[in-house]
Amino acid sequence: MSHKLLDDLTERAKLAINKKAAFGEDIDLTKYLKPSNKHDYVEDLEKLSDEEKERLIAVGVDTKAEQRSGSFVQHDTKVSHRRSTQEGVEVMGTGEALEKYDWLQDYWWKAVAVDQDKYTAHVELHQNDGYFIRTLPGVKTVYPLQACLYLREESTAQNVHNIIIAEEGSELHIITGCTTGPHVKEGIHLGVSEFYVKKGAKVSFTMIHGWNENVAVRPRTGVFIEEDGIFLSNYILLKRAHSLQMYPNAYMVGKNSTARFNTIIAVPEGSHVDSGARTYLRAPGAKAEIISRTISTGGTVISRGHMIGEVPGVKSHMECNGLILSETGIVSAVPELEGHVADVEMSHEAAVGKIAKEEIEYLMARGLSEDEAKSTIIRGFLDVSIMGLPPHLEAAIKKTVETSQKGFM
Amino acid sequence: MLELKDLKVEVSGKEILHGVNLKINDAETHVLFGPNGAGKTTLLMAIMGFPEYKITGGSILFNGEDITDLPLHERARKGIGMSFQRPPTIKGVKTHQVIELSARNGISIDEAAKELNLGHLLNRDVNDGFSGGEIKRSELAQLMAQQPSFVLLDEPESGVDLENISLLGGAINKLLQKDMKRQRVNSGLIITHTGYILDYVDADVGHLLIEGIVPCAGNPREMLHHIKENGYEVCAICPTNC
Ligand SMILES: Nc1ncnc2c1ncn2[C@@H]1O[C@H](COP(=O)(O)OP(=O)(O)OP(=O)(O)O)[C@@H](O)[C@H]1O
Ligand SMILES: [Mg+2]
Repeated sequence: MSHKLLDDLTERAKLAINKKAAFGEDIDLTKYLKPSNKHDYVEDLEKLSDEEKERLIAVGVDTKAEQRSGSFVQHDTKVSHRRSTQEGVEVMGTGEALEKYDWLQDYWWKAVAVDQDKYTAHVELHQNDGYFIRTLPGVKTVYPLQACLYLREESTAQNVHNIIIAEEGSELHIITGCTTGPHVKEGIHLGVSEFYVKKGAKVSFTMIHGWNENVAVRPRTGVFIEEDGIFLSNYILLKRAHSLQMYPNAYMVGKNSTARFNTIIAVPEGSHVDSGARTYLRAPGAKAEIISRTISTGGTVISRGHMIGEVPGVKSHMECNGLILSETGIVSAVPELEGHVADVEMSHEAAVGKIAKEEIEYLMARGLSEDEAKSTIIRGFLDVSIMGLPPHLEAAIKKTVETSQKGFM
Repeated sequence: MLELKDLKVEVSGKEILHGVNLKINDAETHVLFGPNGAGKTTLLMAIMGFPEYKITGGSILFNGEDITDLPLHERARKGIGMSFQRPPTIKGVKTHQVIELSARNGISIDEAAKELNLGHLLNRDVNDGFSGGEIKRSELAQLMAQQPSFVLLDEPESGVDLENISLLGGAINKLLQKDMKRQRVNSGLIITHTGYILDYVDADVGHLLIEGIVPCAGNPREMLHHIKENGYEVCAICPTNC
């Protein structure tokens, strides 16, 4: 990367290091330690400890990597495994990628602003890798790729910067699991992700989070989608996250580009989650959809959505549904639509409350007990088939959801 | 099969039914007429056991057992089934799932689906964006899976085209075991305004629900004829003069 660019980024980051984010609790980043980074590189994910494997599997990582086109694992700040098993699919740490590709600077902090807030600034100033995943033109991943960002050391900060590029006409499916070691009580995960979906390319990005007690999480994501490109984001969080805030931006700059954000979030007591998606519809024929399903069993969840129709001939729809299953939980839906011209078609629906009595009784009239009826409705509410995943991945995620669900039903 | 004795029902603090008496024997099909807002749906909901339809007096006997205080799902398990006038949508819960969950005694879902031409709806969220006719067909498919011995049908043919009425009629006849003669036990109570369903389903007795009571019983076709001729004020000119 050119020195000038680097200096410029550093300068902007320094100026933003105390800049509060627009949403979410303001976190003091100085309290986190630097990890010691005493991890070895692992050739085979099966060689990880059983304890660790269990954590990885819980967030959708297949440690045997049988039906995967590649894998990437980073422990704390160090890349501990990376492999691509398909020609035309590149998987490596972003540090390595920056050395390898001069052109990468054209993608560096282009979808996310380095000075967006203190978290992006912190990532720039303390960057520890992250993944670089790229499909070459026309290449379609046979199986999804998997990536895992793992927080192993107590009270540390993980600062990753990911770059994902789907070249023209390629197809890329990624499943990402982010989690902590079983004994980690406190820590922070800062993850910048920049996606570039080129002309006619398709990217599906499925992210499962599984955090511990007092972990704070601040992902910062930006997506550029070119002509006929499709970006599909699925986010699943079913375990406690002390404080999580994210609000990815999708810039739909190409004609007939598509963006879809599906979110399934459950917040137990002690969880505070503020999550949303923003879509800028900047070219004719652009289509965006945001669907979020949230459940509170005692925690707080805010689901946001902001759709901005900037040119004629765009379409967008948003659905935020929230269930409150306990006396104390808070579910809040904040949908926002913004049309800059007359010829846009934008709509939203939002509903928050307990499970509708009408629905429970309808099933009871077919012979189900009240509890059976409720769990059927909740299972339906959390149905991942809305995510449009490849079948074997859908089955795996269904299993993950069902296992976690037992915990709060 | 079912007997209502002086049944009083309250909805949102207002008494809608002021003492309904009705007896339906095994193997009988009864029809309930009455103007909009008379309380027909209320009566069916109360028999089914919906808590919002509060029984404030009288009793419901089902096969001789007093079920007045029995919860909804236990009534369903005892063999009472209902097709709803306006069932709710449940997002994420598929139609095939509800049919499967309704099924007792392992009846084949495919059969019910085929019978009611439901194939294209099975993988959709139940009642989500269904047309009027599709709702009725999905309701009946659920009942076919559930196999109740006593069915409550709330306007099964309203909003249904002629071809589909015949489809529904066939399904209702199965539910009511119309193909059996001697061994038939199943019975039902059907609400209808138009009476179209009577062209497909043989009914034994008709009732009129008016002003919160069911004052009389008669031949369903004759009653329908009188209502069509004279409106719901038929009671005034009814020859039985009850
Ligand atoms: N949940 C409710 N809350 C308040 N009022 C109700 C409720 N359900 C029924 N009612 C009232 O009770 C009366 C009877 O309603 P019901 O639905 O039983 O009539 P119906 O005979 O089935 O009419 P229709 O032929 O129009 O279906 C109406 O005045 C109705 O507004
Ligand atoms: Mg009615």
